Amino acid sequence: MSNEAISDLEAPACPMPLRHDEKIVLGHGSGGRMSHDLIGRLFQRPFDNPALRAANDAGVVAVPPGRLAVSTDSHVVTPLFFPGGDIGRLAICGTVNDLAMMGATPLYLTAGFILEEGLDVAVLARVVESMQVAAAEAGVQIIAGDTKVVQRGKADGLYINTAGVGVISHDREIGGALAQPGDVIILSGPMGDHGIAVLAARGELGFAADVISDVAPLNHLVAELIAADDSPASDGIRVLRDPTRGGVATTLNEIARQSNVALILDERVLPVRPPVAAACEMLGFDPLYIANEGKLLAIVAEEEAQKVLATMRATRYGEEATIIGRVQAAPEGRVLLRTSIGSTRVVDMLAGEILPRIC
Amino acid sequence: MKYVTEYRDAELVQSTLREIGRVVTRPWVIMEICGGQTHSIVRHGLDQLLPPEIELVHGPGCPVCVTPLELIDKALNIAARPNVIFASYGDMLRVPGSGRDLFAVRADGGDVRVVYSPLDAVKIAQANPDKEVVFFAIGFETTAPANAMSVLQARSLGLTNYSVLVSHVCVPPAMHAILSSPHNRVQGFLAAGHVNAVMGYWQYPAIAARYHVPIVVTGFEPLDVATGILAVVRQLEEGRAAAENAYGRAVTYEGNRPAQQVIEQVFEVRDRQWRGVGPIPASGWGLRPAFAAFDAETRFDVGEIHTQESPVCIAGQILQGLKKPHDCPAFGTECTPESPLGATMVSSEGACAAYYRYGRHLENYELGVMN
Repeated sequence: MSNEAISDLEAPACPMPLRHDEKIVLGHGSGGRMSHDLIGRLFQRPFDNPALRAANDAGVVAVPPGRLAVSTDSHVVTPLFFPGGDIGRLAICGTVNDLAMMGATPLYLTAGFILEEGLDVAVLARVVESMQVAAAEAGVQIIAGDTKVVQRGKADGLYINTAGVGVISHDREIGGALAQPGDVIILSGPMGDHGIAVLAARGELGFAADVISDVAPLNHLVAELIAADDSPASDGIRVLRDPTRGGVATTLNEIARQSNVALILDERVLPVRPPVAAACEMLGFDPLYIANEGKLLAIVAEEEAQKVLATMRATRYGEEATIIGRVQAAPEGRVLLRTSIGSTRVVDMLAGEILPRIC
Repeated sequence: MKYVTEYRDAELVQSTLREIGRVVTRPWVIMEICGGQTHSIVRHGLDQLLPPEIELVHGPGCPVCVTPLELIDKALNIAARPNVIFASYGDMLRVPGSGRDLFAVRADGGDVRVVYSPLDAVKIAQANPDKEVVFFAIGFETTAPANAMSVLQARSLGLTNYSVLVSHVCVPPAMHAILSSPHNRVQGFLAAGHVNAVMGYWQYPAIAARYHVPIVVTGFEPLDVATGILAVVRQLEEGRAAAENAYGRAVTYEGNRPAQQVIEQVFEVRDRQWRGVGPIPASGWGLRPAFAAFDAETRFDVGEIHTQESPVCIAGQILQGLKKPHDCPAFGTECTPESPLGATMVSSEGACAAYYRYGRHLENYELGVMN
């Protein structure tokens, strides 16, 4: 009804019930009609699938034979939208990638939303749309969900938790404890794009940085790697990990400790895009510690390395894959870097949060 | 990356190192003044590649390391107040005061914010007229112009809710203090290039002559540092002691005059305490009386402060080049970046932090496996 139409009416008329189309209010999390309206309007259509449509207390699905992989990840990011992605894409890719790193085929996700009172419904709609696009790209379905609303000031706009299941339909073992001396370390592309893109989007750099987040689902890439591995014992791929928070350095330290090996990196070949390198130089950051959301580290048998590299490079998210180092027996549990000028230093885990330097 | 990549060129660095090896005939102790240089040296492993005659000792040029404990305790006191937004360079948040650090204040509900520039703190003050915004204005000559500029900007904006907690220190008085100490070991200096970009190096010929030490203005990339060391070693071997510039792409003799004028306008020379080192006369800056309204120390009465340093920490001796981080019994055991006893274990410019981060707490054989 238009405003003109209202003014034509004789007052007093029965007041129109207030519609809450624009902003999230506490009632949207009440579990009552407003919750149902919101879910129906915003979530049901984009995420549509039989399990969700059944609208029961749990999504029920059939799972193909194999071992199940289960993972969960909560996502908080400021701002909600940044170059290359948003919290929705991040929430899908985060869990999809965690499943994929175990060699699983991700199948089903759940999504839990914590909404802050006052959030624009249009913002939520954009995020949901983005989740749908990412889920479609990854080939996963969102089969259960939950929405809660908290008072203004109790959350930063929107938090999303996703949990996921995937099926491992092969017998091979992939895991952080399986790196062996002689293996080769491959990184699927340049480091630090996501972390710097988000910092730049916050306006915290004090300068413009032309960097786009790498947030992407890596399950198809992993599927290609597994399909291509025809090593005799099907053990050519030892470790797959996505180096998210803490960056490549932190992930490699975890692997070195789990596998009781030394990981030796070559500084000359570490891939970093020039604007990321420049931003890190300005702020005193090391790209080895900056977050990625669409990269993976693969530790593979030496004889498989070239094939893995070629397979990765033939995929959309692995075009810039490169060998960054090797595994050796000692010193156990350490990551070492061969510097470009020929010395050696330790690459340790990050202590606390990354802080920009003074000068 | 222009102006970076070419100064990390492995072949150029190695040929410079070979040249140092050819020139050197006997042991020399050289101090790099700036903590940024210390980190560059350790990060790139330059010290591992130097001839054994050259010993590098690490200087006092780490701003958060020398900020007096009393002032950090004042900062913690001010930052914890309900009506205050306390803005700081990120490095400062983890520096331990007598009891806790700024992170702990933030966890307890204090509004502590990391800014990249004091001018951002002025913007926060503009946006929050009902709050007191205090910026922790620490550092050497490098950060002084921006810190001074923030005061000028706040004044021209008519802000009455902005103040600075000042702890500015200067390099030349520290060089005097080190060289006149009876325990001094330093025979030549790599001067801190970023400080000289602001201040020039016109103050150095007199110091070089008085103490007969070579002083070479040096940059931060591996080739810069190697070139600086080569210049110092050449002078030492030839018995010369001059002020020399090996960082010509950033530093002139006069320095940045407009920046110096801003400092001069806002700050006056004061005696200063250096954490771990002690008082050094006329070694820093405080706000001139005309800017007293912007002085957080007078604006906030913090009462009497009782400071307590860790009895184990040897940061003071490290900052004077008398000891190395691994000479400390607590290094890497009781004292780590996660639970530091002294500021040198915290800062991205602290010597202990550099040694720890890049694995100097490991046995040499552990690092040597691949050489």
